[in-house]
Amino acid sequence: MVRNAVTPAVEAAAPAEGAGPGRTRQVRRRPSHARRAPWFFVVPAALFYAFIVLWPSLQGARYAFTNWDGLSRASEFVGVDQFVRLFDDPAATGAIWHTLLIAAGVTIIQNLIGLLLALGVHTRIKSRNVLRVLLFAPAIITPVATGYLWQYLLAPDGAVNGLLELVGLGAWRQNWLGDPAIALWCIVGVVVWQFAGYSMVIFLAGLQGVPEAVLEASTIDGAGRFRRFWHIIRPELAPAITINLMLSIIGGLKLFDQVWVMTQGGPGNATDTMSTLIYKNAFQFNDFGYGVAMALVLTLFVAVLSGAQYKALGRQKGAS
Amino acid sequence: MNRYRLRTFALELLMIGAALLFFFPVYVLVNLSLKKPGDQSSPLAPVTDPTLENYGGAWVRGGLAGALANSAAVTVCSVVLIVLVSALAAYPLARATRAWSRVTFYVFMIGLLLPMQLAMIPLYTTMRDLGLLGSVWALVVYYAGLQVPFSVFLYVAFLRAVPLEYEEAAAIDGAGPFGTFVRVVFPLLRPITGTVVILNVLHVWNDFLTPLLYLAGSDQQTLPVSLFGFVGQYVSQWNLVFAGLVISIAPILLVYFAMQRSIIKGFASGLKG
Repeated sequence: MVRNAVTPAVEAAAPAEGAGPGRTRQVRRRPSHARRAPWFFVVPAALFYAFIVLWPSLQGARYAFTNWDGLSRASEFVGVDQFVRLFDDPAATGAIWHTLLIAAGVTIIQNLIGLLLALGVHTRIKSRNVLRVLLFAPAIITPVATGYLWQYLLAPDGAVNGLLELVGLGAWRQNWLGDPAIALWCIVGVVVWQFAGYSMVIFLAGLQGVPEAVLEASTIDGAGRFRRFWHIIRPELAPAITINLMLSIIGGLKLFDQVWVMTQGGPGNATDTMSTLIYKNAFQFNDFGYGVAMALVLTLFVAVLSGAQYKALGRQKGAS
Repeated sequence: MNRYRLRTFALELLMIGAALLFFFPVYVLVNLSLKKPGDQSSPLAPVTDPTLENYGGAWVRGGLAGALANSAAVTVCSVVLIVLVSALAAYPLARATRAWSRVTFYVFMIGLLLPMQLAMIPLYTTMRDLGLLGSVWALVVYYAGLQVPFSVFLYVAFLRAVPLEYEEAAAIDGAGPFGTFVRVVFPLLRPITGTVVILNVLHVWNDFLTPLLYLAGSDQQTLPVSLFGFVGQYVSQWNLVFAGLVISIAPILLVYFAMQRSIIKGFASGLKG
């Protein structure tokens, strides 16, 4: 994108350093603007960042190898004991599995629905502006509020069962959040309901770049609906797809609010995610070392997946 | 292709249907919040005798007024702080081409890969030892640190695409580095500042886990946390609970509907890649 236009100029200036004064404008420009933006402008941001993110994360990575109780500063080095324990603990391996299922489910379903909504809204229909605004609206509501709303809707005597009854599908009534087999998928559904509009808006921004003339020409040439999408729209949407996948994967991996509000990880451990289990272990069971070890595993998942996505995004930008 | 045809009309109906399905939960929410507590009718049946008594009850018993004020204060202070320090940091990071600035930028970017769950537990004990638990100001510091990497990333990417000529002109006019930042660079950053503000307001206003930890047991609460306590207390009185939910989501929805055009534009233009 636009960023590419600038990068070559910066790179071109770099090798010219010390190549004698005043050869080109580029060479003369560098020292002057380097002086204009002093390094200490970085200091306030760096202090906040170091205090809140960097230093505690390093501490966390260290405590994961101890039996730290969170109260005393002293703690014993126990090597990988916490991780051995973690992979022997059905609650923890279950939570890892649930987290991956949620991340995969949310990513696939939310982006599919978001894409379909975007394609539907990006047409000549008269209600397109209103629909865009309304469909994005759930995304700005506090997840705690949407969680409670759905907890009620999905209750045995709630509105979802009521609606099924009303349209003659009473046989489909369920104890949605009380049944371990489906509670997790209900949570996925709630997250998708809330954030499909979020994906839609990002897809819509990408669709603005699709050249209308090429689409029309291809229709005249007899290209079908699907071929038009695959060969003309999809390449233009590539950055939006990457951003959407990245946001939904990371959001899914870190999911806490909706789960905590709707089920607190229950029934049993059926909907515990890594985040809810980290919270329980550290702040309800005072097992800080164990909680931190889980957090380190979660960090690995997030770092690997978002690093891979970031790389993919970089490759697309280089190619376009 | 450009005309409104029967097929377009069918699509229109389909999309409106989808939107109605999306809004079914909101209908139930508002409908139930207007019903009298003893009303035994189905939650789907439209309210026949609307009452506002649930709203009064939720407002008083949920302590929502104080929570609204706290949430607003935390959000405004955090976002102002995030914008200031991130834009300031982005200026040298985007402009200087020396090794230190590249390394510093990458160190900030590591923050994008670290979920807050890792720092959460050690930071909680630090805040506890410093006596900062139970104070909304600890949250402001927390959000400033947490949101810096993403905000710096957006600012640097944007600023790298802005030509240097304006800053050079300011330098020729004798402006110092700080004057250049305040009068030239920061105004140039306006579009991306919009995006940074929107994304951070949403994050701070809606965040639940951190205030749940830091404000537990204190009388200062933000909206999501006081909602959590309120629902826990009146769990079976859904009319009251739903009125509380409507009160808590109304402010941000009103802001959204009033500014929807610029919010959606700022949101999407900063994120589309």
